[in-house]
Amino acid sequence: MDRIPILKIGDVLLVTIQVDFHDRIAIALLEDLSEKIVDNSAKGVLIDISALEMVDSFMGRILGNISKTAKLLDCHCVLVGMQPAIAITITELGITLPGIYTALTAEDGMKLLTDMVKSKTNGKTSAKKQEAKWR
Amino acid sequence: MAVKSQEERSIANEDDILDVRNSVKRVTALLNFSLVNQTKIISAASELARNTLEHGKGGKSIIQLVTEPERIGIRLIFEDTGPGIPDLARALEDGYSTGRGMGLGLGGAKRLMDDFDIESKENEGTRVTVTKWTEKN
Repeated sequence: MDRIPILKIGDVLLVTIQVDFHDRIAIALLEDLSEKIVDNSAKGVLIDISALEMVDSFMGRILGNISKTAKLLDCHCVLVGMQPAIAITITELGITLPGIYTALTAEDGMKLLTDMVKSKTNGKTSAKKQEAKWR
Repeated sequence: MAVKSQEERSIANEDDILDVRNSVKRVTALLNFSLVNQTKIISAASELARNTLEHGKGGKSIIQLVTEPERIGIRLIFEDTGPGIPDLARALEDGYSTGRGMGLGLGGAKRLMDDFDIESKENEGTRVTVTKWTEKN
């Protein structure tokens, strides 16, 4: 069965969807990605959908589920490269993708992920400092 | 409205949804639809094909190239012999789903296309017909 490759770059997992994103592949991606996030303690996932020619409500749901699952596994998810025609279509279709971060290019997406990971780590450090103070 | 050509595809599994999408894509490109409209038509086809598979327990799609004096268009017919839709008005509402989607299939497809028609009889099946038009060039 076809699978979508997941590449690791530092703390980030990179997924480029270049095949026809049909149902089994989409569900397999959700499972593979969840495992890889945990195995690699990944802090971010960048999903490049620039090669997709359409997103229907099933794919929208899978992309939403990937983002939610990643969040539960302490990992941020950014969707990059959405074609304007797809943005128009899914809006009209009624797909809202709540809570999903997007960036126009992979480069911007990487920056966004790095910032999100950084602010979270800083947040944790300051929380620890705060805790130390209270002691 | 005259049917210039048509092709029929059965919808029995997930791969068939992909085939329907590809056939629809070919016809929309042939008709010179704008990229946005191509995307809308392919997405509507995908939603409706999925409905046929999931709710209709499989069926077929007919992809037609249709003409009228001033315009030319693509008409998609999705037919199944499944359980039918007991409450059509409700099935057209956003967010109402009994399947795996987001419940946007029917209402969404209606918004994405120009013409939309649905007939459904309990225990006999459902037939959805959608059309998108473009000016003749």
